[in-house]
Amino acid sequence: MSAPSPFLTVEHLNMRFGGLLAVDDLSFDVGRQDITALIGPNGAGKTTVFNCITGFYKPTEGRITANHDDGSTFLLERMDDFKIPKTAKVARTFQNIRLFSGMTVLENLMVGQHNPLMVASNFTFGGIFGLAGYKQAENAAIELAKYWMEQTGLTERADDAAGDLPYGDQRKLEIARAMCTGPKLLCLDEPAAGLNPRESDDLNKLLLFIRAECDAGILLIEHDMNVVMGISDHIVVLDYGKKIADGTPEEIRNDPKVIAAYLGVDDDEVADVEQEIEGVST
Amino acid sequence: MANMSLKETMAGFNFQKIAKDLVVTALLATAIFGSTIAFKTKTAPGGLVLDLRFDIAFYIIAAVVVGRLLLWLTFWRKAPNKASGDILPKGWRTLYAALLAKIAKRFAPTLLVFAIVFPFLPFTDRYLLDLGVLVLTYVMLGWGLNIVVGLAGLLDLGYVAFYAIGAYSYALLAHYFGFSFWMCLPLAGILAAFWGLILGFPVLRLRGDYLAIVTLAFGEIIRIVLLNWYQFTGGPDGLSGIPRPSFFGLEFKRGEGNFADFFGLEYSTIHRIVFLYFLILALALLTNFITNRLRRLPIGRAWEALREDEIACRSLGLNTTVVKLTAFSIGAMFAGFAGSFFATRQGFISPESFTFIESALILAIVVLGGMGSQIGVVIASIAMIGGFEIFREAEEYRMLIFGLAMVTIMIWRPRGLISKRIPSIFLKKKKAVSGDLVAQGEGH
Repeated sequence: MSAPSPFLTVEHLNMRFGGLLAVDDLSFDVGRQDITALIGPNGAGKTTVFNCITGFYKPTEGRITANHDDGSTFLLERMDDFKIPKTAKVARTFQNIRLFSGMTVLENLMVGQHNPLMVASNFTFGGIFGLAGYKQAENAAIELAKYWMEQTGLTERADDAAGDLPYGDQRKLEIARAMCTGPKLLCLDEPAAGLNPRESDDLNKLLLFIRAECDAGILLIEHDMNVVMGISDHIVVLDYGKKIADGTPEEIRNDPKVIAAYLGVDDDEVADVEQEIEGVST
Repeated sequence: MANMSLKETMAGFNFQKIAKDLVVTALLATAIFGSTIAFKTKTAPGGLVLDLRFDIAFYIIAAVVVGRLLLWLTFWRKAPNKASGDILPKGWRTLYAALLAKIAKRFAPTLLVFAIVFPFLPFTDRYLLDLGVLVLTYVMLGWGLNIVVGLAGLLDLGYVAFYAIGAYSYALLAHYFGFSFWMCLPLAGILAAFWGLILGFPVLRLRGDYLAIVTLAFGEIIRIVLLNWYQFTGGPDGLSGIPRPSFFGLEFKRGEGNFADFFGLEYSTIHRIVFLYFLILALALLTNFITNRLRRLPIGRAWEALREDEIACRSLGLNTTVVKLTAFSIGAMFAGFAGSFFATRQGFISPESFTFIESALILAIVVLGGMGSQIGVVIASIAMIGGFEIFREAEEYRMLIFGLAMVTIMIWRPRGLISKRIPSIFLKKKKAVSGDLVAQGEGH
């Protein structure tokens, strides 16, 4: 880990929907500029954890803290959802892509920079009279949008409607749009879902680039093991809302509990699987 | 078509389907016209007698069936070689599209020039000028509502409430404090915007049909309060003697020191109408200018983003509460301006001018024009208000023609006359976004 304290700490997170305990006493850390993967079988509660972190759900119990470099801390479980990207600098994407499909690629990226532009336009009053300060801020915003279009290979499609893009490009645009908010932590909900092998390789490159260049950590939910094992620094495995493993890709790969969870083995058979693995590796 | 073989000509038909459809049509037509046309009561000595008119009913039913058969043979026929039933050949279609694009480019400036010279054209009489003022009032209201419905995607069925607030603000301020029109115009806008905020708060959490119902109720509440608060608003008697606007202090009256005298013109009542025409033209253009400006600012983009996807907006740090409230209040502000203009033009207002049908008419203009399209609103206003006047002689059938026209247009162009969206910003080339991709927001 690059800094002593982790960027995000999740402590004793519980999320209850009526009688269902979707997340059960979950604690984990997300390091600064780390790529942390949250994996687990379907229905393990991964997206619920995401929704708690990004404020779309209020957790039943627990604490989620974001620690910024300047020493300020934010308690995410107490913040409104729109304030989390705005002040705590945690941005997210969605499992089912949520683009502004009737707006162009460039417009999507401009909406991502709404808050700084709003201040630059003096909350519309300066902008409507065409003050010079706003014009400058707008040009800077276009430059940032251009930068992200270059990184995601969307420059050619800048003036096309987002809904017209092929699926893989829509995924990339959603990431670019989230990056335009200037996040310190980017939460990606299944970014590789529906991508072909070449596209998921591109995605790996993009995520590594973001970590290297943008001083941002990444937390991702993913089923594509090519992505998870290829780029993650740290993996957290969930099953039935509980954390069953936490470690480096190498540790997770050999963890009998994880293998059991993925293969759907009963609890009492975990020991057998453990033996089997040991047999293979020796 | 002539050199096509018989087999090819017949390829687009499905005889069984057509026959079945025609039988259903005939049955439905018999059910409707059989009961309404075939029997008629007549007053005769000794009471009512039944007049049987089976022949007329039969002709009508036959006309319906034949009409439907013709539709099957022409418009609904699937051309053998083409995926869609487009009746124009391909070369013509590109030509048609190019022509349309050419017209579209010049259309708005031409319309503006026409609007400016309209009062001075030789054929323009008092009646046409009044109609022009009416059309422009609805253009302005349509543009105002376009912010709420077209850009932010919030269905508002009670827009006329803000129009009423604007009108009553001016009338009451003039009545109790003697304020002039020019003082009241901004005040009416501010008051209407304030009431827009008040409506905005309770509906923040509402979506879809619920939003539509609450806004509808709000419109009715305002009207009923105006109707029942007799001591303050005059109730159903309304308010009369609302002062007329002046031209930089010059009144439109006969006599010395007034408008006609000052410019050395012969006094004529038409001066005031021309002045009102230009006043509403200026107000409408101001609405258009500000809306276009706002669309290019972050707030305008936030409105459109809200229409597209509210959850995505929140994930990008947009405070959707503020976005919704600004849309409601700025939309309401323009209705407030238009309302105070209405009050000064009429000189008399009563709650009867602000019924639900007005809200529906303004909404129809926005939807018919194509939601979010500024020029669409103009075309729709001319068609709806102007068209309504043309059919004045049809009397009670006017609403029927009106409804039929609406249904036809909605079948032909379900997303309104101008369904394309023009992007607010572009990098290399401005490309219109097809209406199919643009979301319609809440309550549609």
